[in-house]
Amino acid sequence: MGQIHILPLLEIKAETRAQLLEAIEQQVQWPAAIEALEFDPRFAYDQIRGQYHSSQILLGLHSKLNRPQDKIIAIVPFDLYIPILTYVFGEAQLDGPAAVVSLFRLRPEFYGLPPVPARVVERLIKESIHELGHTFGLRHCPQPECVLHASTYVEEIDLKSHTFCPDCSALLQAAQAKRRTAAPAG
Amino acid sequence: MSAISILIVDDEESVRHSLFNWFREDGYEVGIAKDAYEALAALERSHWDIMLLDIRMPGMDGMELQRRMREVNKEIIIIIMTAYASVDTAVSSLKEGAYDYIVKPFNPDDLSHMIRNAAEQLNLRHENIELKQSLQQVALSDEIIGESPQIRRVMELVQTVAQSDSTVVIRGESGTGKELIARAIHTHSERRYHPIIAVNCGALAESLLESELFGHEKGAFTGAQMRRKGKFEMADKGTLFLDEIGNISQKMQMELLRVLESRQFTRVGGNQTIHVDIRLICATNKNLEMAVADGSFREDLYYRINVFTIGLPPLRERKSDIPLLAYHFINKYNQSMNKSIKDISPQAMDLLIRHQWPGNVRELENAIERAMVVGKPPAIQPHDLPFQLAEEVPERLESSDSLAEMEKHHIALILRKANWNISRSARILGIDRVTLYNKIKKYQLKE
Repeated sequence: MGQIHILPLLEIKAETRAQLLEAIEQQVQWPAAIEALEFDPRFAYDQIRGQYHSSQILLGLHSKLNRPQDKIIAIVPFDLYIPILTYVFGEAQLDGPAAVVSLFRLRPEFYGLPPVPARVVERLIKESIHELGHTFGLRHCPQPECVLHASTYVEEIDLKSHTFCPDCSALLQAAQAKRRTAAPAG
Repeated sequence: MSAISILIVDDEESVRHSLFNWFREDGYEVGIAKDAYEALAALERSHWDIMLLDIRMPGMDGMELQRRMREVNKEIIIIIMTAYASVDTAVSSLKEGAYDYIVKPFNPDDLSHMIRNAAEQLNLRHENIELKQSLQQVALSDEIIGESPQIRRVMELVQTVAQSDSTVVIRGESGTGKELIARAIHTHSERRYHPIIAVNCGALAESLLESELFGHEKGAFTGAQMRRKGKFEMADKGTLFLDEIGNISQKMQMELLRVLESRQFTRVGGNQTIHVDIRLICATNKNLEMAVADGSFREDLYYRINVFTIGLPPLRERKSDIPLLAYHFINKYNQSMNKSIKDISPQAMDLLIRHQWPGNVRELENAIERAMVVGKPPAIQPHDLPFQLAEEVPERLESSDSLAEMEKHHIALILRKANWNISRSARILGIDRVTLYNKIKKYQLKE
């Protein structure tokens, strides 16, 4: 069975780390661990845009993995983009191993609002579970309360829950069962 | 509805790749093309609902591709992607029929909204098509009733001619449903979302008919207190149905011919030329060939309108449809009269079948309506019908009623009316000249 490697590229409080780990393990139903792997994302920085190219970060993260059944998700403090979009909250390789989530636009301060640390943690948990769902091959869900519902503005993240709807849960379990069967013994 | 398909056309690999992933996560079917040629090939291979098209590409640019796309697939929703906030380019692409444009790089929320709106439009479009189709079926199934080979043949002709813009002449006895057929042609045609305007030419005096057809200006004649559009104008882009065309005066025939040839006219009392785009359907219960032969109907107008003819069989020639029609009218009047007569007794049905129906379907409908008023549930009885069996006893037959005698008299009549012009007579009779000569010889007809 594989493992989810959670890789924060910033200082995160112990309490938040515990919350994030617990939520991921409970919702994604896959063993997870917070790790401190060596990863320098500067290669993905675009000087003109002042943002990091998230697809390139995913390729970099992918190269860090040794086992095909493992997943890796990076939590980054900086703003992410893909070439055609002005920004993304995060990105994942659909049915692949790597995902990334940015805290940059999850903080109320970005929108000129006073800080609300608890809300940022909630948003981080939802976006992390969302992106990890994609790595198991799940697509966006039309159910507004499902964690896999697409969010293109930050309030949309607040509207959905951090859990999968019954349909997405079933799809996730099916995808994981398939991976367990395919995984080499030992 | 199946998943919406999106084709991304952009020469930049990174754009194609990131949009491909973005839409795939959203559950869309996604395709990519790096230039216009790949896009056209993709369009030939499969159906695409939405195309995201980069305006600036090497080779054939997005504008040119958009024009070509429209020739292949008119329904595709095209969203233009441009790296330049150029109003000119955006306006040009919208003029060419693009759904919207978006400036690179996109705000993900804007892109998401645009695609959702486009998907909504697609859904509405499909819903609209389905509704129109069901409406069309309802309209037809409600109005044209019959399963006899004769009526099936008529419906086949309706389907065939509806696809064209040809003028149609519907011929049939009074009450056979000529207007229903005209409406069926209109309903099946490309013009169905525009009006069908019906004019009964036989019911109006010449002066009234002229103003009815062409409209009039204020003060054109006494009583013309305001400008009024005529039926030709009202039927613009739709269908004009002229019933009883065989009854119009020589002057109106000339006017009509002029309008049909030029597709333009002026209102009565006016001098402004009005252009119209109409499809003409005429109906008559007269023998137009005879009318041409005796000079009461202009030959040039006859040829102008007689492009496609649909002959409606009288009810007595499709008696197998009588039960179906009768039950249809029973249902109709049960609803409108709030009655519960569900059946026709075998004796009453026997009467209905044996009656000769000179007034055709209209007479049958009237007979059923009357029976529904006077009759009692559960079934219509013979005494509820407005005719009795005695009336049905055929008149004594004469030896002169033989087909050969009828043919001889008819050929003689046409030859006389056409001043023994063999070509014209043969044309009117619908036979070739050699056959006509043979018939003349056979029946020993002489000038």
